[in-house]
Amino acid sequence: MAERELKKRTAPQKDAPEVEEEAPATSERGERLKAEIDDLLDEIDEVLEDNAEEFVRNYVQKGGQ
Amino acid sequence: MAIAKVYGIETEYGIQVVGNADGNPTTASSVLINSYVSQLAGRVGWDFEDESPGRDARGYVREGSMPPEVETHLVNTVLTNGARYYVDHAHPEYSSPECATPLELVRQDKAGELVLARSMAAARRVLPPGEEIVVYKNNSDGKGNSYGCHENYLMDRTVPFARLARQVTVHLVTRQIYTGSGKVGCEASPSPTPAFEITQRADFFEEEIGLETTLKRPIVNTRDEPHADATKYRRLHVITGDANLAEVATFLKVGVTALVLLLIEDDVLSARELVLANPVQAMRAVSHDVALTRPLELVSGESITALELQWELYDAARKYAEERGLAELGPEPAGRQLLERWEAVLSGLESDPASLRHQLDWVAKLELIDAYCARHNCGLDDHRVAALDLQYHDVRPARSLFQRLDMERLVTPAEVEAAVTSPPRDTRAYFRGECLKRFGASIVAANWDSIVFDLGDDPLRRVPMMEPLRGSAAHVDTLLDGCSSPAELLRRLGA
Repeated sequence: MAERELKKRTAPQKDAPEVEEEAPATSERGERLKAEIDDLLDEIDEVLEDNAEEFVRNYVQKGGQ
Repeated sequence: MAIAKVYGIETEYGIQVVGNADGNPTTASSVLINSYVSQLAGRVGWDFEDESPGRDARGYVREGSMPPEVETHLVNTVLTNGARYYVDHAHPEYSSPECATPLELVRQDKAGELVLARSMAAARRVLPPGEEIVVYKNNSDGKGNSYGCHENYLMDRTVPFARLARQVTVHLVTRQIYTGSGKVGCEASPSPTPAFEITQRADFFEEEIGLETTLKRPIVNTRDEPHADATKYRRLHVITGDANLAEVATFLKVGVTALVLLLIEDDVLSARELVLANPVQAMRAVSHDVALTRPLELVSGESITALELQWELYDAARKYAEERGLAELGPEPAGRQLLERWEAVLSGLESDPASLRHQLDWVAKLELIDAYCARHNCGLDDHRVAALDLQYHDVRPARSLFQRLDMERLVTPAEVEAAVTSPPRDTRAYFRGECLKRFGASIVAANWDSIVFDLGDDPLRRVPMMEPLRGSAAHVDTLLDGCSSPAELLRRLGA
């Protein structure tokens, strides 16, 4: 188990530079991420099956392996 | 002793006929596959000579167990990439050709998705206007019906099966934390307030070990059908996995499992054997534990999480690799890349699972659903969430939600495109695929371990391929290039 605990300590270090960055950069990245997700959700809203309830209800499969 | 790993993956796709309420899934599967193969130049059927799915690796058949039936009357074809494409249990099934590295397996698995997408397009051209056959790469309809994605691994037959079963179980249960494709709503005990779970399949496992694949599914499947020299080899048939769309998930699913099997073949895991006290319960507990913190009980009395158990396996594997390399997983850097990715994903799961949203299916789906619910101010019981859950797996490029998520690629689109028609170069799939390409008109049937030629006057002639790593490009390219006819090939093979 010793090795594992070592890993547990080292794993977060990979994220360390992000934590140390200036606040404006972090919020800029946050904004960009949010904009990306917004674009994605716009796209999903467009492509998602129109009648969700019927679409899901009609999807019935015969069991397989 | 550890032997070179040869892999294959079989995927049963979900199928839906849109625009025809009476659409029969078996007929639809036939139409789908026929539409695809009828546009190809030649067509070769599957040979059932060596099928015996009822044989049990434990040497007996348990009373009351139901060996699967072989359905010989349905559409069943072999493609020039060495894959088998057929109708199985009212689903279209695509079985990849044999691969010798995890990355090649990823390439062939993605090629299968392309074959299905093209089959749907081909079927649209023959169906009445307004009717469409749609397939989904998932494992459940959300209503208690499941269909599988099975992996196959070539193993040394001398490894005692009881030890193999005991030691592989903990891996099959805990690997779910990166192999899951995610699902909303438990199907083992449905609830009006559904929760998100990591895998599609865990709800359907009821036994620790057994021969069945369609009911009372076991964590360790005992089907003993090597499709190779049965005095030397075993084919471990793994039925617990989810069908993955994320390439990283497929890579780890087959790569890490192969690596764990090397450890078992070389009896490395007996030194500190990790045996779950309740594997079936643990299977579900892991799948429902999105926070990755639930402890599992071992027979030793220890309590330990799935993630910690994966770290234990990783540590054993890394030590093993440092001592003697991982040549059995393919030429380097295959083994090194696998270890690095395994470690990175376990670290990510430990520190911030959301950081893996471009690598793992379940994380990608969960993030998408969370964002969707936040925008629309809805809960997991909303029909739109169920629709999103299902449509994530739609194989049509225009409808697939997965394809909109900018997931990490491990193989290029050009490599995948090539795999639609060309076999892997480093296994017997190469010989199968190249024979079909060059001499397809003279081949009446083929299967995993043989090809049957019809040269006209003579009796049919079977060429056995009992060694999965023979028949590679290195072995047979010169031979094939030097033969202008199938008769010459058979003469030179002495068949």
